[in-house]
Amino acid sequence: MRFSVGVHGLRARMSRRSFLKGTSAATAGLAALETALTPAGAAAADDPQVFGPEPVSITLRVNGAARTVAVEPCATLAEVLRGPLNLTGTKIACNRGSCSACTVLLDGVPVASCSMLALDVGERAITTIEGLANGDVLHPVQAAFIEHDALQCGFCTPGMVLSSAALLERNPQPTAEDVKAAISGHVCRCGTYPHVVDAVLAAAQARRG
Amino acid sequence: MATGSQDSPRHEKFVTGIVGVGLSDVERTVPADEAPPLAPNAQLSQIGKPTPRWNGRAKVTGAVRFTADIALPGMLHGRFLRSPLPHARIRAVDTSAAERHPGVRAVLVLLGPNGAGGATSVSAEEDVEATRRNEQPIALYAGAAVAAVAAISEQAADEAVRLIKVQYEPLPFVVDMDDARAAGAPVVYETLDVQPGFGASGLVSPGLTLKGNVRGPAGDARGDVAAGLVAAEVVVEGEYRTQVQTHCCLEPHGIVADWRADGLTVHISTQFTAGVRAELARAFGLPLGRVRVIAEAIGGGFGSKSQLGYYGHAAVALSRKAQAPVRLVLERHEEQVDSGYRPATWQRLRIGAARDGTLAAMSLLSYGTAGTAIGAGVGNIAQRMYTCANFDESHYDVFINAGPGCAMRGPGNVPGAFALEQAIDELAEKLGIDPVALRDRIDASPVRREERRIGAERMGWSTRHPAGAETGTIKTGLGMAQSLWGANVQVNSACEVRVLRDGSVEVRSSVQDIGTGTGTIIAQVVAEEFGLRAEDIVIRIGDTDFPAGAPSSGSRTAASMTPPARNAAYQVCRQLFALVAPALGTTADDLQARDGRIVSRRDPARAMTFHDAAASMRTGQIAVVASRGEDYAGFRGRRGDMGFALNDLGGVQFAAVSVDTETGLVRVKRVVAVHDCGRPINPAQIESQVQGGILQGLGYALLEERVFDRQTGLIVNADLEQYKLPGALEVPAIEVHLIENYQGFSATDVYGIAEPSNIATAPAIANAIYNALGLRLRTLPMNRAAILTALAAGKN
Repeated sequence: MRFSVGVHGLRARMSRRSFLKGTSAATAGLAALETALTPAGAAAADDPQVFGPEPVSITLRVNGAARTVAVEPCATLAEVLRGPLNLTGTKIACNRGSCSACTVLLDGVPVASCSMLALDVGERAITTIEGLANGDVLHPVQAAFIEHDALQCGFCTPGMVLSSAALLERNPQPTAEDVKAAISGHVCRCGTYPHVVDAVLAAAQARRG
Repeated sequence: MATGSQDSPRHEKFVTGIVGVGLSDVERTVPADEAPPLAPNAQLSQIGKPTPRWNGRAKVTGAVRFTADIALPGMLHGRFLRSPLPHARIRAVDTSAAERHPGVRAVLVLLGPNGAGGATSVSAEEDVEATRRNEQPIALYAGAAVAAVAAISEQAADEAVRLIKVQYEPLPFVVDMDDARAAGAPVVYETLDVQPGFGASGLVSPGLTLKGNVRGPAGDARGDVAAGLVAAEVVVEGEYRTQVQTHCCLEPHGIVADWRADGLTVHISTQFTAGVRAELARAFGLPLGRVRVIAEAIGGGFGSKSQLGYYGHAAVALSRKAQAPVRLVLERHEEQVDSGYRPATWQRLRIGAARDGTLAAMSLLSYGTAGTAIGAGVGNIAQRMYTCANFDESHYDVFINAGPGCAMRGPGNVPGAFALEQAIDELAEKLGIDPVALRDRIDASPVRREERRIGAERMGWSTRHPAGAETGTIKTGLGMAQSLWGANVQVNSACEVRVLRDGSVEVRSSVQDIGTGTGTIIAQVVAEEFGLRAEDIVIRIGDTDFPAGAPSSGSRTAASMTPPARNAAYQVCRQLFALVAPALGTTADDLQARDGRIVSRRDPARAMTFHDAAASMRTGQIAVVASRGEDYAGFRGRRGDMGFALNDLGGVQFAAVSVDTETGLVRVKRVVAVHDCGRPINPAQIESQVQGGILQGLGYALLEERVFDRQTGLIVNADLEQYKLPGALEVPAIEVHLIENYQGFSATDVYGIAEPSNIATAPAIANAIYNALGLRLRTLPMNRAAILTALAAGKN
């Protein structure tokens, strides 16, 4: 199975069709969305609305900053990050949630940004690879990736780094098997997985100091 | 200043041999302007160290820019319309509605009666081809590009593509190699005047006959095979099948083309910037000086990004027509149907031997299919791995209605090794000789002998049980196999080294780093010469504004780039020494650069910092361009700029597997890989590459397979979920051991590693499965269905 957490998250939330038609289903995600959409004139939850095809103005919380962008309702989070927000560190490799190259963190949880609508993000804080380091100080996972040569071509690297960083947040002392499980949704055609495991275990140790 | 010197060549003594086995001095003739022999790695400060990757920080922070990340002002987005049918005559293409789409800026018909055909080409030869295609436009496979559009957004381009109306006349098709060989099969090519694509194995023979869909044979022979087989005391014979493997580069093929009145600039994900520049100049009638090709980062290539490609042609033609930059990036589905793959093969291999294992004769017949392309041979591993006086080989290309295959990591030798190394394993069993011991008798390579010794020891080979000896449900097995690849060199590969007045050191070359770490090893070599640290060296590569560098293919980049890098640095150093020698009261010959200083050998008190030395330069910089010459001991062959070094690259891999006889699941538990690449420059990067070669080999062995539906002629798994790639959970414990093998062949003595590491894995796993089950699987992939089928059949 090569589905990232993000795909499951998206499924649990709502389908693209149900969202575009509008629905009164009161999920947490929808509530968040409507909050985000209110400035653009979205109606209350019990008054279904059709959005698009015109762009809708939304505000995303990206790497600690509020970014207001006009997005077409069909735009994925990956497209919005890479396009109007110019955060091209997020990669699109399969565009259907099977390789995890497009992984970003939403409130610290890895999701496949190619398979999530930008409108579906709502209030959740987005962390992209550009926002992981603390200024010039690399995140321990980033530093360990360099130290352990845990990358070759580098195309899967942003997603791999973010999933690894999220792992260390929820499990500061992972085993090698934990790391493999955490990155099991990520395709690396260069085959750098062994060095990724080394790097993440080293980063965990570095964080514990 | 350019290379070339009036001085006569020098005779130098090189330390040669395998470290740990034995070293001896060999005298070689070295061109006057090249650096003196380099000491073994143990005595060096930068070379041989696991220096962090030069662009590691840019890659882990997302700062590095791949082609799809490039956005130019006014940039348009390109998209293809592709044939939905596997074989169809194109009666008409109506683009009028697409051209009326408000977002569309250019439409090109690539395949149609009213089309441009080869509109992108200007050479007479290509014009003929264009005319022919326009007279009889035929889509030869599902997914063949019929038209292309450039529009103001990807969405507009998608919409416009759907507005193009094509009248197709369906033709009979064939997508299976066996079907295509049968009498009466639908014919892919009526005549042989068309050979699109390029050689999938790099071994393309011209002028062969075509019968139906079968082209050939091409071949090779020595000695008397018939007599050898008669004389043989033991003969093994087997038929082997290997499947199509797709490259699955994580970064899709892509280009940003910017056609302007004063010249063309393209950003492209390519393995060969200088080659793409030459292709563009030729195809579009531009002088080389008006074409610039840039590749800042390349997200994997593995052989599929060595040429401009139809997508590159189309994007440039769209940019020329629209008078605006065009970005064209393939989607994953397009990657899987029309961006190359490793061809499928069928091989029949017969080996005869004496009782003591001496090979008496070897005979290999093979058919391969690269779809609509040629060159689907099985390489030269059977010809060259083992000592065998009597050998013959013939191979055929079979055309089917599938996109063109192309080179993929270890082309030819990867499928070839799957047959050869299982046949040798089978022969060993039949002779009652251990497979390692048999190879000690028939393999003349001293390097592989040492690799077998190390590998066998690390793997615990002596504990290997007889085939099929275990009785439990889950059976374990050990197997081994060998790799063979040429030590290739691109002569004339160039780079420039310059020292600036503030002590900065820059290296400039068009050579690209596709993830192999080319930039890092160049920095290490240059830093070693200057007595600096690798991280002090500024690497500027992947841009044809710099001296033309090597392709990243054929495992030749390191061998081609590190010698000119060192030689250029050496010459810059000599100029710097001459400059500062008077101030230090000595001669240039007495000076050396180390630890950030320039120091007198006779009197170490006479020294100045590298920084101060640079500051004393009269001009702003000292710059030298050096290029790769021939190996000091010559080449065994040469094809254009590609030289084949006297040595081979090898590598021996041992695999430990477990096979669940109830579910058919094969788990590779452990791989021990012992490899050589001349002088290893960066063991961390080499280890990464070897691990990657093994994992691509593991995918090839157990998981990966492109599947066609014979009824529709469509690929049913053109994606990354049904095309099964190895993930982190399939990764075995991998141990990589590197041999240091010095030969005194160049200023660095470096050769490649990418392809050798990919060749032995599948047969090593197959031999381990045989050891576990006592059943030999001769068809790839050896997935659960194949294992269960073999178990049910219960025989070889």
